[in-house]
Amino acid sequence: MALLEVDDLHVSFDTADGVVRAVRGVSFTVEPGQTLGIVGESGSGKSVATQSLTRLVAGAKITGSAMFDGLDLLHASQREMRRIRGRRIGMIFQDPLSSLHPCYTVGWQIIEMIRAHESVPRRRARQRAIELLDLVRIPNARARIDDFPHQFSGGMRQRVMIAMAMALNPALLIADEPTTALDVTVQAQVLKVMQDVQADTGTAIILITHDLGVIADVADEVVVMYAGQVMERARRREIFYQFHHPYTEGLLASLPGHGGTRDRLTPIPGNPPSLLAKLDPCPFVPRCPYVFDKCRREVPPLAPVHPDERHLSACWLEPDRALQFEWESSKFAQISSTAHR
Amino acid sequence: MFRFLILRILQGILVLWLITVAVFALFFVVPSNVARTLAGRQATPRTIHLINHRLGLDQPILKQYWDFISKAFHGDLGYDYYHQIPVTHIMAQALPITLSLAIGAAVIWMALGVFNGVVSAIHPRSVADRSMTVFALFFYSMPSFFLGLMLLFFLYYKLTLAGYKWFPAGGYAPLSQGVGQWFLHMVLPWLTLALVLAATYTRLTRSSMLDVLGEDYIKTARSKGLNERRVTYRHALRSALTPVVTQFGIDLGQLIGGVVITETVFSLPGLGKTAIDAITQQDLPVIIGIVLFASACVVVANILVDLLYAFLDPRVRLS
Repeated sequence: MALLEVDDLHVSFDTADGVVRAVRGVSFTVEPGQTLGIVGESGSGKSVATQSLTRLVAGAKITGSAMFDGLDLLHASQREMRRIRGRRIGMIFQDPLSSLHPCYTVGWQIIEMIRAHESVPRRRARQRAIELLDLVRIPNARARIDDFPHQFSGGMRQRVMIAMAMALNPALLIADEPTTALDVTVQAQVLKVMQDVQADTGTAIILITHDLGVIADVADEVVVMYAGQVMERARRREIFYQFHHPYTEGLLASLPGHGGTRDRLTPIPGNPPSLLAKLDPCPFVPRCPYVFDKCRREVPPLAPVHPDERHLSACWLEPDRALQFEWESSKFAQISSTAHR
Repeated sequence: MFRFLILRILQGILVLWLITVAVFALFFVVPSNVARTLAGRQATPRTIHLINHRLGLDQPILKQYWDFISKAFHGDLGYDYYHQIPVTHIMAQALPITLSLAIGAAVIWMALGVFNGVVSAIHPRSVADRSMTVFALFFYSMPSFFLGLMLLFFLYYKLTLAGYKWFPAGGYAPLSQGVGQWFLHMVLPWLTLALVLAATYTRLTRSSMLDVLGEDYIKTARSKGLNERRVTYRHALRSALTPVVTQFGIDLGQLIGGVVITETVFSLPGLGKTAIDAITQQDLPVIIGIVLFASACVVVANILVDLLYAFLDPRVRLS
């Protein structure tokens, strides 16, 4: 049974300029112990979609359903949500420099997390905090537990965030661009820590990123989002080798060093659409190189790409296009090599 | 840290010295008629000369200044011109009154200001927020002499006419006459001072809280499943108070040096009123004594605030 089943999630905001429909009918599932990667450009609604699951987005109108372990997150009471947050769903955010409270020691902050949900004596909570810092490989955890966040580097702080989010062995960890603010070498370390923690505790992870390289490293399944909608959803291998949607193709082609030509980047022309405006039936129409009449008339359903039932794509192009790409896409082999290191 | 402290103290001493020079200079720019006032209308030039001689006013300015400074180092601020009472004694009598006023008002304005500010910030643009804003602007734009007179008019005059003699018209009752009397005498001055400042602190706390509530670590706190009260007070207010406490230290330091208008309106013989009286009589030793003390309060408050800042924000501590 799926751990998290999100169905037809819509999130909108009333602003002075009108209603911003940031998420428009997103569905996905997360299996226990698995990693779901959500990719998309900035403004594709990936962060809003996942953060609205924990109902921490102020001023958002949320509809749809999100069954988490038998509880509908979108209709649970605030009290129930507080018991879920931290204890069953851990969260880490993009900027580790600003996600920890500057006025409290990291130990205090982890202990607070533990004691908010479990009535354990302070000594035991502190012991557990030290173990957690060890788990995320903070050197000399016993001494560093009384340090303030500003005494740690960015990568270290993100590890502290992971330690805190994992303090109560949550069934699900939502990581919202956890490596974006870090430099590349540190990114790999932090991802490794997350993978190790996952192997240790069996937590499921939703990993939100705009970096396909990160996805290639860790995701079991991938959701590609654009303009608040799911464009393509498949296992990692399919996304990299048998992608179907032109947007996925564009994302892959625009990776530096992996594009069609060696020396030039291949961007997707144009910008993501404003989510205030009414969109084309397929939101990618204005930027799609394969666009034809039907794309402007009818909404493409998120349908299985023949013959794989678990590979879904919202595009009118022939289903077997995905298969044709298998040999063409050898140029992406380099990305996948990072996945197995 | 230690070096920093020494440096600040030296700076403070320099400021105090400059202030004595400035006050002395100002005093001698204006032609003095202390002797004439003391001697009365019919005084002969000889009497005036004698008085000037006795007060040391016939000495060169530099000599007078040197006498003052060398005595001041021994804690002797001289005697007042009119009654020959030691200035330190005059100040010691006035200080408890100003302290009662400043500290009592501080409790009220901090409680009101911080509470209102927090309430405004956690429900921005709500009815509560709007009414706090109106409250704040109303008192913020009101001169304290006017507010004091209004309070006297309604809460003393009108109430007394109606037969409720709750508040006195002014004056001070020392604590030795009982806490009740002291309290009743202080309520209206406290309100006069506190309401105006509470308005400032409401706005300050509100904007500081709003800034902090938008920080990522508040999102982290919520994502930990903490209840909203803990998020507001332990996480948000903890950071939001830093600028408020800084301002508080400076304001309180200033007030302890004398609250001129409020003390005058309510005839409280505190440092502020004493200073005003001394100025109208050109009673130089008293003026200098009080100005020096008031400046010392501000200087010390600033140093304390810097220390407190390091205590409140761990990021400042090490650097």
